[in-house]
Amino acid sequence: MKQIAILSGKGGTGKTSITASFAALAKGECVLADCDVDAPDLHLILEPELKEKMEFTGSKTAHIDPDKCICCGTCEEACRFDAINDCEVDPIMCEGCGVCVYVCPEDAVTLEDNLSGYAFISDTRFGTLSHAELNIAEEASGKLVTLVRNNALEIAEQEGKELIIIDGSPGIGCPVIASLTGVDLVLIITEPTVSGLHDLERVLDLARHFNVEARVCINKYDINYEMTAEILRFCEARGVDLVGKIPFDPVVTESIVEAMAVVEFKDSEVSDEIKRIWEQIG
Amino acid sequence: MMISVASGKGGTGKTTVAVNLALSLENERVQLLDCDVEEPNAHIFLSLTEKEVNPVYTTVPIFDKLKCNFCGECSRFCQFNAIFVIGENPEKGVKGDVIHFPELCHGCMGCMLVCPNDAINEGQRIIGEIAKGKGDNGIDLVYGTLNIGEAMAVPLVRAVKREIRDEGTVIIDSPPGTSCPVIASVKDSDYCILVTEPTPFGLYDLKIAVEVLRKLEIPFGVVINRSGIGDSGVYDYCKEEAIEILLEIPYMREIAVDYSHGMPFVTQRSEWRSRFLDLFKKITEVDK
Repeated sequence: MKQIAILSGKGGTGKTSITASFAALAKGECVLADCDVDAPDLHLILEPELKEKMEFTGSKTAHIDPDKCICCGTCEEACRFDAINDCEVDPIMCEGCGVCVYVCPEDAVTLEDNLSGYAFISDTRFGTLSHAELNIAEEASGKLVTLVRNNALEIAEQEGKELIIIDGSPGIGCPVIASLTGVDLVLIITEPTVSGLHDLERVLDLARHFNVEARVCINKYDINYEMTAEILRFCEARGVDLVGKIPFDPVVTESIVEAMAVVEFKDSEVSDEIKRIWEQIG
Repeated sequence: MMISVASGKGGTGKTTVAVNLALSLENERVQLLDCDVEEPNAHIFLSLTEKEVNPVYTTVPIFDKLKCNFCGECSRFCQFNAIFVIGENPEKGVKGDVIHFPELCHGCMGCMLVCPNDAINEGQRIIGEIAKGKGDNGIDLVYGTLNIGEAMAVPLVRAVKREIRDEGTVIIDSPPGTSCPVIASVKDSDYCILVTEPTPFGLYDLKIAVEVLRKLEIPFGVVINRSGIGDSGVYDYCKEEAIEILLEIPYMREIAVDYSHGMPFVTQRSEWRSRFLDLFKKITEVDK
């Protein structure tokens, strides 16, 4: 079993467009996992048909029973997250640690499970998709990512598929760590901008921190040739393989509007380059 | 007034809007806070002087293994599975141990409260740093940088927000997404600018971001970046939901090139300053 994660550090560099194209190129031989549970977009291209929906309870919130509460303020003092004010819990600030439950002299506080989101398993024209939706303002996105990955692993075993393609989220924090740990390869999509290089460096450091092999692809490389050259030099200095350079082309946005992967939409330089990258990593 | 700049989708232009807005406000005292501590970028666009960098700490338990009898109370209490206790078994020659996973720890210190042996003390651990300095146009810039491998951005976002001044205009550049670091960033702002692009991805993620702001009861409007590409979905949605479109920034190769060099485009194209000022006026009117 091989797992490939598509990451970027910086948002909007083209992770999802490229993942969708890889899915098309894998010709049904892979399972897909959309691990950007905050803002999942892969389904907009894959148009999944829902097969299974499961509730996800990833976090807890404290509840104060007003009939029992004597408003002594003990919990407010003990809470490290400023989540209790005037004997009321602010569910957005509450991290569900349970300290208030412990310190309450009147047994007025309980911890209750939150319905934090849903995990889905769906059929798509490119294979089975494991995806999810995090409820608004929820924590525990890392745990939901882990659930999506476990679901994908189970499906791959059931279907006898040897490959899982993971679409990650921007950043380097908890959902990204959950997307990257234990994968065989991370493909980092960057863009030739000062921000793109800055963020690439941090996500490469993250991959190294977790001992995961990383390769780099520059998207829209012709927006700024100097920066592209700088990224090339940077990759060489770091000993990281650059697997491809994709040109800027409005065809990418056009394909998204048509809910198609760019490689199935029409022949273009972009498609050719994505195919070449896929041959190297798939 | 505190204005946050957010988006569901990444890479829509939050930093572009935050930085160019900050540079356009000439007669205001402006403080810009980059709360995207996982990938902070605002400082790339503002040459920073008088830079001061300080570490940011988070609370963690310190275990005194001489006092600990490995009873496991702390581990059973911890909601975040951040403590693992190996019980002692002298007959089998097993020595007890307590292992703490700081990346999972939220620093609630419940373990210290429940420990029957007084074996846990409160300590601190560095999770990242905060940099402060003066940027172009007299902007006071504050940004946080999360250390590599740290999972939790929220304590650092909160630390950045503790630097907020009471006077003048505060602009907050938020991380992408809709989960806890975003909430921590936009919370308590008087107005939020949602930056999107007119594509199906932009639309889908905008809708999620709108739900977040409605839940937090923060007034908001939309900036459409790279207009001219994509389709009409975002426009139709804003019309249906009566959401104000504050500004459109057309897709222009020159703007993309300025961005790629780390140059704020209002400094290159001064006619945009007045457009950002108009946007600011619209927002301040809402605040009144």
